[in-house]
Amino acid sequence: MKPARIVITGVGLTAPNGNSLTEFRQNLLHGIAGIERMEIRYMGTQLAGVCHYDPLKYQKKKELRVGTRAGSISIYCAREALADSGVNFETLPKDRVGIYIGCTEHGNVETENEIYNISKFNYDTKFWSHYHNPRTVANNPAGETSLNLGITGPAYTIGAACAAGNMGLIHAAQMLRLGEVDFAICGGISESIHTFGIFAGFKSQNALAQHANPHKASRPFDKARNGIVISEGGCLYTLERLEDAQARGAKIYAEIAGYHVNSDASDYVLPNPTRQAECIRAAIARAGLKSSDIHIVNTHATATPLGDIQECEAIRAVFGEGCPDTYINNTKGYIGHCMGAAGALELAGNLPSFNDLTVHPSINVDDLDPACALPGLVLNQPRTVAKVDTILNNSFGMLGINSALIVKRFTT
Amino acid sequence: MTKDECKQVVLDIIADIAPDEDLSNVKPEVRLRDQLQLDSMDFLDIVMELRKRHSIEVPEADYQHLASLDSCAEYLTPKFIALAAKG
Repeated sequence: MKPARIVITGVGLTAPNGNSLTEFRQNLLHGIAGIERMEIRYMGTQLAGVCHYDPLKYQKKKELRVGTRAGSISIYCAREALADSGVNFETLPKDRVGIYIGCTEHGNVETENEIYNISKFNYDTKFWSHYHNPRTVANNPAGETSLNLGITGPAYTIGAACAAGNMGLIHAAQMLRLGEVDFAICGGISESIHTFGIFAGFKSQNALAQHANPHKASRPFDKARNGIVISEGGCLYTLERLEDAQARGAKIYAEIAGYHVNSDASDYVLPNPTRQAECIRAAIARAGLKSSDIHIVNTHATATPLGDIQECEAIRAVFGEGCPDTYINNTKGYIGHCMGAAGALELAGNLPSFNDLTVHPSINVDDLDPACALPGLVLNQPRTVAKVDTILNNSFGMLGINSALIVKRFTT
Repeated sequence: MTKDECKQVVLDIIADIAPDEDLSNVKPEVRLRDQLQLDSMDFLDIVMELRKRHSIEVPEADYQHLASLDSCAEYLTPKFIALAAKG
């Protein structure tokens, strides 16, 4: 039996340069980045991608006080996606809705805050918050979303480092195909800019971007790139089986065509281009396509000197010179690295290409690194192309997790 | 500290932990949970804020005394006075 066809019917997002898909896409086409200076505890001013959605749009002040930033981002994105999907949420059986949210990490922000709090009380743990455990459990972002929406189906997070955004979608597609749920809210989120630890960790790795102009700091593929800009963000989708989406007359953004997830098993932090290439090839094969059938490849490249080159090596191995209709871009120049949200946001930024046949460019590339000079790389200016029927989205993460997700133009 | 001042201390804490609530007409003799959206975690917040802001300890066995503003004032005012006397 052929597996059920799964389609994307709604998108809700917040990025450092936009709080809706329309705004986000416009900024990607106009080269508008969203990086700013932010005060980080113990570290002073750092560059970061900060989201400016209205948290009170869907939450009360008390919910914001009790909950987490990750929960708030999730709730905003989930509600925006539901509204965009046009589904009648009131009549949707809530026990048949699944929430699957990818995140790079969760709990660091709240733990750091509590340690800072008790430092003001001579480290006496009787001042430690009773909210610490519900705030730091790994399922917190999904759990807060289920509370806010009254969804009683499965709601949990998927920890997959910076591959997590893709993983949320992949897992949701699997659960829909298994019949575990009938409607899924899925994708990835990150609150990472609110933990000093992630900044300090990347700085100790010599992997934190520096630039006098914040908007130029994130520079994947540029010869002078010098590291990651850490960002927060979120992007959640509504996914449905095709027959369900059609039965309610839903608009369909795209169909899940194929995916693959594998592991490097070679290093804690260094990527492995051989395994990345295997992952991409397997996703293409599952989609029943050839490399030359892929029209947009959105890269994961984070602007680290080595990581970008290694991903380019993987892409070169899969696509080579024989794919004249394949265009390659990157979104992190605009929004930095949104960690667990990266894959989901970066896919969303490319979805409108099915309609406008325009590939958004990689920006901030003043001097292209020859090692990253892939054929079909779209730099600095958007490119209108003849055909966009398929988009491949790469997301890779620490401990060697690789994910590749392919969506295709929906046709009956 | 007077009992009225003590009630204001408690109301100031509730204003922070339940920021969506209208506290302009809280009836001092009525249970707080019967007139405000407060749950058990919120009462733990009141206990925590009394500890943090005023160095007042409320043992679990005494939580019942935090039921209304009046009972708060009866229970907490002597504690505030004792604390002030200690200097």
